[in-house]
Formats: sequence, C-alpha cells, structure tokens
Amino acid sequence: MLNRLISNDQPRSPWLAAVLIVILLGLAFAPFLFPGVKALSVAAKVLIFVVLVVGFDLLLGYTGIVSFAHTMFFGIGAYGIAISSNTWGPTWGAIGLGFALSLGLTLALSLAIGLFSLRVRAIFFAMITLAVAAAFQTLASQLSDFTGGEDGLSFKLPEVLLPSTEFSEEPFLGVSLDGRLLSYYLLFVLALGMLLAMLRIVNSPFGRVLQAIRENEFRAEAIGYRVVVYRTLSSVLSALFACVAGAMLALWLRYNGPDTSLSFEIMMDVLLIVVIGGMGTVYGAAIGSVLFLLAQSYLQDLLRLASEAAAAWPLLSALLSPDRWLLWLGLLFVLSVYYFPTGVVGRLRVRAALKQRGKPGVQEAA
Amino acid sequence: MKLFQDVDMRPLLLVPVLALLAFPLIGSGSTWLTLTVAGLAMGMIIFIMASGLTLVFGLMDVLNFGHGLFIALGAFVATSVLGAMGDWTGSGEWWRNMVAVLPAMFIAMAVAAAVGLAFERFIVRPVYGQHLKQILITMGGMIIGEELIKVIWGPLQIALPLPEAMRGSVLWGDAAIEKYRLLAVAVGLAVFAAQMWVLGRTKIGLLIRAGVQDREMVESLGYRIRRLFVGVFVVGSALAGLGGVMWGLYQQNVVPQMGAQVNVLIFIVIIIGGLGSTGGALIGALLVGLMANYTGFLAPKVALFSNIALMAAILLWRPQGVYPVANR
Repeated sequence: MLNRLISNDQPRSPWLAAVLIVILLGLAFAPFLFPGVKALSVAAKVLIFVVLVVGFDLLLGYTGIVSFAHTMFFGIGAYGIAISSNTWGPTWGAIGLGFALSLGLTLALSLAIGLFSLRVRAIFFAMITLAVAAAFQTLASQLSDFTGGEDGLSFKLPEVLLPSTEFSEEPFLGVSLDGRLLSYYLLFVLALGMLLAMLRIVNSPFGRVLQAIRENEFRAEAIGYRVVVYRTLSSVLSALFACVAGAMLALWLRYNGPDTSLSFEIMMDVLLIVVIGGMGTVYGAAIGSVLFLLAQSYLQDLLRLASEAAAAWPLLSALLSPDRWLLWLGLLFVLSVYYFPTGVVGRLRVRAALKQRGKPGVQEAA
Repeated sequence: MKLFQDVDMRPLLLVPVLALLAFPLIGSGSTWLTLTVAGLAMGMIIFIMASGLTLVFGLMDVLNFGHGLFIALGAFVATSVLGAMGDWTGSGEWWRNMVAVLPAMFIAMAVAAAVGLAFERFIVRPVYGQHLKQILITMGGMIIGEELIKVIWGPLQIALPLPEAMRGSVLWGDAAIEKYRLLAVAVGLAVFAAQMWVLGRTKIGLLIRAGVQDREMVESLGYRIRRLFVGVFVVGSALAGLGGVMWGLYQQNVVPQMGAQVNVLIFIVIIIGGLGSTGGALIGALLVGLMANYTGFLAPKVALFSNIALMAAILLWRPQGVYPVANR
C-alpha cells in the first residue's frame, strides 16, 4: 500500500527514510509543534517550495535541461489568483477561474517555448528561457493597472481562509482553530499530493524515457523516442507544477508582487535547493527545501550579527552584511555543484549501498 | 570578388530589409535616420560584447552565463577612472576627452581580462564538457561577481556622464545624430575589422577558425587548443569590458544588475547569429539594435518582447541561426 503510494521509489537508505518521516510528521503537525507566526510561515513556505522545486527537479535532475523561467510560471500562478480575486472579488469561483486561466497560460507558454528552443539543441532552452523570463518580469512591473506594478497586489480571499475566522471558541491543544490553520492544511494536502504525483511521473515509463534522454540523447533517439517531444512534455509538466506552487503562495500570503514570486533570487534559491537536496531525486526537493528555508529564515540573523561584530573592518563587514546574502548563496551553490553534486539524498544512498555491500552474504546489492 | 564568393549573402540582406520595413511605419525620414543610426550604434556595442562569447562557445563548447559580469565590471571600472579624471572629461576639447576615455577603456579591458583569466581557471576549467554543470557554475559565478561589484561600488546606480565634447548631436538635414553614437559605430567597426583581420589573416586566427570547425582535428595536428581557448576567453572578456564601457557611456549610468540585463540581449544575438559565428553575431547585434530602437519608438512596452519575436522568426527560418557553424 505504502509502496504503491510512493510508486516503488523507496528511500533506499535508513537514514533517508528517517529524515523523510521526521519532515513529514514535522510538517503535518507544524501548527501544534512550533507555535508562533514565524514558524508557521516558514513551514508553509517549505510546502510551497517543495512543489516548486520538485517541478524544477523533473527538468534539471531527470531530463537534464536547465530552465531559467521556472519563477516566471511561479509568478503566473500567483498572479492568476491575485488578479482574479482582485477583479471578481473574494469568491471560490474567482479563485478557481484565476487558477484555471493561469494553468492555461502556463501550458500555452511553456509549450511554445519548449517547441521553439528544444527543437535544435537543449542549450538554447537555457538561454531562451532566461530571455523570456527577463522580458516577462519587465512586463509584469510595467502593466501596473493589471498587476499592481512594483507594489504588487493585496487581495481578499473567501472568509473561510482568513485568520480572523474562528471555527471554535475553544483552542485545540493550545492552537486556535482559525482560517490560517485551514489554509495551512490546504497547502499541506496540496503539497503532499503534488509530491506523490511527481513520484508517480518520474517512476512511470515516461519518467524512464526522460532519464534515458538525460544519460544519452542520441541513444534515446535511436531507440525510437522523439527526444523533442519528451523534453517539451517534461518542461510543460514542470511549468505546471511551478504554476500550482505560485497559486499556493498567493493563497498563503494574500499578496503577490514581482519580488515575491518573479525575482531572480527565487530562481537562485530553487537551483540551490535542487543541488543541495540532490538532483534527480524527488525526495531531495523536500529535504533541500527544509534545510534551505530554515537556513534562510534563521541564518540571515546570524549574518547580521557577524556583520556587526566585524564593524571594525569595513570591507569584511560589507561582505557579511545581510544584504549580500546572495553572495554567500552563490558561493555555496558553486561549491555544492563542484563537491556535492549528488546532494544529501545521493550521499545517503551511496552510504547505505556501501554498507550493504560490506555485509557478509550480500554482494553487489546495489 | 573571390573573397565574397563563398559567403552566404542572404542573411546580410536582413539588416537593410529590417531598416526599410521600419521606414513606412515611422513615417518621418529624419526620425528614421536618427533611430537607424542609434540602432546601428547600439548594435555595434552589443557586437563588441557578444563576439567573445560566441567564439568561446564555438571553440570549446563552453556557454558562459557569466559573460555579463565582465561587461558590468568594465563599466564600473570606467566610472572610477573617469570619475578620477574629472579635469579631462570636463574639458570641451576632443583630444582632452579622448585622453580620459582611452585609459578608461584600456584599464577596463585589462581588469576584465585579468578577472576573465581567473574566471576561466577557477570556474570554467573544472567543468569542461559538462553542459549542465557549466550553465549552473557560470551562473553562480555571475551572481558572486555581481554581489562583489555591489560590495566594492555599492548597490546603487552610478552616473557615467559622457565627456563634454562627446555630448550633443550633429544635425544632418533634419535628423539629429548624437556624436557619441557615431563614435560607437566607429569603435565597433574598428573592433570588427581587427577581429576579421586576426581571424582571417593570421595563423592564430586560422587555428581559431579551424578549432571552431573541428576541435579534435586541430588537436591531433599538434596544437594546444586549450591554450588557444584561454587566450580567446581572456580576449573575449576584455572585449566585454570594452563593450561595458561603451554601453555604460551609451546609457550614461551603470547599475550592478546591468550584466544580467545585457546578458539577455547577447544571448538573443548569438542565437540569431548561430553559436560560434562571428559574422552571424554582427548581423544579430545590428538586427537587435535596430529592432530595439524602432520598437522603443513605436511601442515602448513591447520592446523586450520584440527581440524575442525577432529571434523566434529567425529560428523558424534557420533553426541553427543565420550562419550555422558546421559540426555542432
């Protein structure tokens, strides 16, 4: 039963399994385990990033192509909810319509980009997505009547999801049962569902073809698979995941602007999470998201302290300033790609495989 | 004309065709002339920046997403140099201005070349032959470089005013043509001519062209293509630095993010031109420059998308770019 649920993609490492269970339980009971507004918003962000990153991993880890437009689709999903709620009022119908429209736009746009750029060489894809994403970002801030420009859009949601809505007078286990809690569990169910769906996708025959293309494009083509078609489908699926993640973000924040969903910084975050977690392992997205968001939320404070401590040396202090967060992120990224290319999941799996091999009686288990 | 016999002439026609197509849309002849000169100037500057990138790709199959870093670096070095030479830039005499601008260009090129050498050694070299990692690593290098620029020069926009004598415009009939744009066209043509001479008339150029065509063959003939590649990488970085100075003076201000912004334009240019082709890069750059200026005048909101549309149109015609490089 469980095996079917995770599509036979077992963690293949006792440590990895333990970490995943801890993360799953931690997120499932986050409102009760970690009280406080900041902790809950970190947990919600983890859920959103799991969906966003798992979509990117399909492209980078399983298909072996790089897109820089992943945040564009993230933004489309978020703007879909934001604009529709703003235009048609806070109803479920508006949210549904906005979500459907943004999915449609994502589908059309990703299909067009994929067919155009993957036709010749995969390397075009990285360059063209970069160009399109940059143009889209400019467009989003220019169409200020529609998107709220640089200021973004704040909007209302159906009453059930608002923090001011109380479902019961009595707090349950010390946590008040309000709309915020319901939103969180909405995100949780969505994220878990999307993660399991992705496991299904990558472990299907389709997913195997993608991995074959990643390993050897010519051979896959020679066996008879249309590489362009598979790569394009993979990029479309990945974009749809990003779009759903964007909608989740908008539902949680009740706000969307260029910096929250479109900025290049988020693209960098996604890249780093995939690499840290482990490219080509769906579980890596979950582990990477947790590690990264915890670091981002709490390490920046540490950086601020370090910067203040180094005030005597202006250059060092400037380097350590929290505004230069991206510098350290970039360094970490480059070093991870060099020395840690298989990520946390890859390392744990290799360790487990080595241990297995070391046991008497079991030979070449991997 | 034996020289032009084996050159595919059709892509060359694209530039005048685009200019003529825009003419009826713009209507006024003098506006058209102003825009065309501006577009050609912008195109020449973009070409200076893009030519290094396309050769680097052609030679070693390395796509350097960090190329924009050298552009930004060149521009920021120029602000420091020109800022320190206020007496010379403030003067109304041409030769005094040139005394200020030329060192700015040379220092910017030297700094960009030095950083390029380090970038090649520490960022690019460990990931030869691995496209995926190259894209990731050079992008990471770009981010690190941009943040370091912010640490050194501050995160804000810095003005880079043109020297006194280069401001203003020349009137030619009704059309106003900015002096600096003429200078940009001249510098761009000089760089193009120098490149054509090196690539077409020297032994090193012969090796580079041969390497772009077939790297393994050149290696098997006993030439160290790696060393050649490092040279091309460094020269390409220096040219990006020069282009950065020109671009900064063209925009009259510099921001740390300019590298990433220009990167997008350059990628469009080298895709249009065909990865690895210098002549293609020139045509791509001129097309992008003209397109940006025409649409900036006709429909400013879609200016960035116009270049993407242009690229899409070209790719429909020739999926590998206007001058596909053989063997790739």
